[in-house]
Amino acid sequence: MSNKKTRILIAKPGLDGHDRGAKFIARALRDAGFEVIYTGLRQTPEAIASAAIQEDVQWVGLSCLSGAHNSLFPKVVEILKQKQAEDIKVFGGGVIPSDDIPGLKEAGIKEIFTPGATSKSVIDYINSN
Amino acid sequence: MVQKILAGDIRSIARAITLAENEDYQAVELMRSLYSHTGKAYLVGITGPPGGGKSTLVDRMIAYYRKLDLKVAVIGIDPSSTFTGGALLGDRVRMQAHATDSGVFIRSMGSRGHLGGLAVATADSAKILDAAGYDIIIFETVGIGQSEIEVASQVDTTVLVTVPGLGDDIQVLKAGTMEIADIFVVNKADRDGVEKSVMAIEQLLSTWDMTEDDFVPPILKVTAKDNIGIGELAQAIEQHKKYLHDSGKFEVRRRNRAVTEVHTLILNQLDKWAHDKMTKDITTRDNIEEVYLKFIDPHTVAREALRELELETMWDKWGQGADGGG
Amino acid sequence: MKPVKTAAKKKGQKKPAPAIKRAGKKIQAPQPSMVNKALVTDDLKKQIAEWQSNSVGPLLAKYPERKEKFLLTSGAEINRLYTPEDVGEVDYPKELGFPGQYPYTRGVQPTMYRGKFWTMRQYAGFGDAAESNKRYKYLLAQGQTGLSIAFDLPTQIGYDSDHPMSTGEVGKVGVAIDSLADMEILFDGIPLDKVSTSMTINAPASVLLAMYIAVAEKQGVSSSQIHGTIQNDILKEYIARGTYIFPPKPSMRLITDIFEYCAKEVPKWNTISISGYHIREAGASATQEVAFTLADGIAYVQAALDTGLNVDDFASRLSFFFNANNNLFEEVAKFRAARRMWARIMKERFNAQKPSSLMLRFHSQTAGSTMTAQQPDNNIVRVTIQTLAAVMGGAQSLHTNSKDEALALPTEDSVRVALRTQQIVAYESGVADTIDPLAGSYYIEAKTNEIEKTAMEYINKIDKMGGMVRAVEKGYIQSEIQESAYRYQLDVESKERVVVGVNKFTIQEEPMKNLLKVSQAVAEAQIKKINEIKAKRDNIAVQSSLEKIRQAAQGKDNLMPIILTAVKQYATLGEICQVLREEFGEYRESVVL
Repeated sequence: MSNKKTRILIAKPGLDGHDRGAKFIARALRDAGFEVIYTGLRQTPEAIASAAIQEDVQWVGLSCLSGAHNSLFPKVVEILKQKQAEDIKVFGGGVIPSDDIPGLKEAGIKEIFTPGATSKSVIDYINSN
Repeated sequence: MVQKILAGDIRSIARAITLAENEDYQAVELMRSLYSHTGKAYLVGITGPPGGGKSTLVDRMIAYYRKLDLKVAVIGIDPSSTFTGGALLGDRVRMQAHATDSGVFIRSMGSRGHLGGLAVATADSAKILDAAGYDIIIFETVGIGQSEIEVASQVDTTVLVTVPGLGDDIQVLKAGTMEIADIFVVNKADRDGVEKSVMAIEQLLSTWDMTEDDFVPPILKVTAKDNIGIGELAQAIEQHKKYLHDSGKFEVRRRNRAVTEVHTLILNQLDKWAHDKMTKDITTRDNIEEVYLKFIDPHTVAREALRELELETMWDKWGQGADGGG
Repeated sequence: MKPVKTAAKKKGQKKPAPAIKRAGKKIQAPQPSMVNKALVTDDLKKQIAEWQSNSVGPLLAKYPERKEKFLLTSGAEINRLYTPEDVGEVDYPKELGFPGQYPYTRGVQPTMYRGKFWTMRQYAGFGDAAESNKRYKYLLAQGQTGLSIAFDLPTQIGYDSDHPMSTGEVGKVGVAIDSLADMEILFDGIPLDKVSTSMTINAPASVLLAMYIAVAEKQGVSSSQIHGTIQNDILKEYIARGTYIFPPKPSMRLITDIFEYCAKEVPKWNTISISGYHIREAGASATQEVAFTLADGIAYVQAALDTGLNVDDFASRLSFFFNANNNLFEEVAKFRAARRMWARIMKERFNAQKPSSLMLRFHSQTAGSTMTAQQPDNNIVRVTIQTLAAVMGGAQSLHTNSKDEALALPTEDSVRVALRTQQIVAYESGVADTIDPLAGSYYIEAKTNEIEKTAMEYINKIDKMGGMVRAVEKGYIQSEIQESAYRYQLDVESKERVVVGVNKFTIQEEPMKNLLKVSQAVAEAQIKKINEIKAKRDNIAVQSSLEKIRQAAQGKDNLMPIILTAVKQYATLGEICQVLREEFGEYRESVVL
């Protein structure tokens, strides 16, 4: 008999201190039955990837509102790959202009949620992927 | 996977812990292979009421042990979970500075609904980390209750953390749970009321029924955020460890732990069996309905259900005082 | 809602009655425009009850209202109608008074915007100093009357552009400043004796203020002539904004060092801008915004008093910064309540004597979190409403957000529209032509009272916890805000709360084009510049200054003059902050989930 849970790491890469969205999503995911691990502010991509591996999560959710997403999001994916953990899926959210999205997806970020996205859309996405 | 764990491969360790948490059958096989490699690590429990600054304390302890070049693993246990079964685990935040240190492994754990499962998961995780070569394994538990006592039974030294101003909590703690402490820490000792807290604990200790051979739990004043008192805490842990060895209690504790573990595992399986029986077995369900309607008494139904395990005769034996029970 | 125009004057009950379902009837008033004593008569109460049962009741039976309950952001219920009964007996001079007089409910100056408009101050900065300098000159040319500097995150957190933590962040949310050399370029050609400059800088505020003083000196402007504001409000960084560096204790010391230094050397400088803006943006209600901001203010005043400063020597240099949000009336009531509360706190709690010590002067900014990425043009309308709130609430200066801010840094065009919004409200709407125009509205006065009462309850609770620093360390404030934020967001998702263009009236739209982006080249150029400066400057002098900062940090000497010496020698921001990090340690967030 198994007692499986989907585990998700929610992290704030970079120096951006706006965690209202990240914390909301963390709570909403918890309420949807996931096990959510929150890492707090000012995380380097290295620290996020290490935490994701130690916590053995299926998903990493990144939130960034400072415009540093193009540098930081792909870095997380890259380090996960280096550590042979490319099966850990990464999604992102925050203030992300639409013309950055194709580049981020190409870099391996599975999905990007922009302002106005509901927690339900995030939950549905995770449940169906 | 066994070889990789023994070689300290982080990914494999993390995966193995997941199997243990999931109560996956593979974990049972894994434990069989790893068990002979365990027994080297020292297990420390850090426990106490919320708001005691335990995560910060653990963070500083990690730093301390790393300076001694010891490998440290932390299992942060948060038994709170929602009715949906979800959990939001934030203990890591305070320790994230160590995330990229290859000599540190940090894992957050929720209760997933039933405490017995948590006890098995933590015990198995400790073994995995032990086999993987971590020298110190720290269990951090929030709150005081059944899960703390179960976890305390798995560690070698239990540190109970409180803070000045949580006086009322000490009253609560008196009700049985403080006995698990081998060491008391009054954290945030830069605050007013620290002496009062120390005195309250001293007073409590004076009521304990201790013999000369017993270890007298030290009471340490620590200010974890300023890194004050961490060395003293490590020393106290070391002294307690020495005491356990010198007094022979280390072996007693580990033997007791073996008993508890096997006991818990049996109970867990029985509990699951009982749960299935009562929810899925149509006859039992019907019978329960009849208990409700007062057609049959509950004893008879339970006895009937146990027949599947050929355990129904246990009652007869206990009744005759033949084979110990209870 | 149609407000009742005038107010009657008769004996009535003292307590404001429970606030539901009341009638408004025109009543004769001998002294219009003043809220008077004793408006609530038994007769009026009877009329209200009659209106309720004869008019409202039958209609409700047939046509229920849009919602069961109408709520403010604080969760307080909004009544169907406000009447004299909701305001009760008002002691006009005590509760409201006159503009420029205690308790300053109606404004801090006797003539307010009839004398001069609020300062139109657009928060700006991105990329490198040269680029930002260009934007400032553009804004000044467009009629902006003060500067407001946005620094990038590495600068705000005390890292140079070449620090590993700065990766990806250089020049992104503001201008990158590493050393005095950048600051010289930033204000090139801008006379610092003429403009007032506001700098959104907190943890390393001493360093940036020192750089500003040094630039002014190079322009031949003495530190006694410069005027402006540094945000310097660390408590709200722990609570809501996240750009802290050091733990609370040394942070408070840095702040009081600035108070002390500026009282002597930079007398026209606002040494702190106690900010509710970010607390609100993090999800707090209007009432919480007031409560937590004033509680922060109390903590700063107390800290300064504890170091031996005299309250009247620094209190007049304290300024505030509030959010201007969508609920027009709640916001106006909030600003009025905040002014009255602060005056009372300063007078009664801290025994301040000088009138200027009692005045809550505030900067305001329209609410960034209400800007939507969807149908961005709608944001112009939101900003207009919020501008009205700030102006009718008596703001001393205002930043209006640009329509594209939910997507990226604002373009020049969108910043211009935002500035024009202020100018239209100022010159065309007429709301600035009389002081505190909403005063006397039963609704506004009732809400002003209610916000004061509820916010004061919060402040008392925080006092009981041992003050704001302790409450923050405990995570109490954060969890209160988070609860509000969570509720708000759930309401939006359930469409209980309508956000036009987001959860209602949505359209398929093309992504917005021509967004402003900061190129990676900025970081590279900054790093090159740092290396050049480090090669050129007198490194022995720099090392000795840094060592002096270290010693001062260990002891009690005021850090400001020593930091000023170091920045003049082109010690970098990162170098100075690193020394302080080593001495003070770093704060780790108290996470509340």
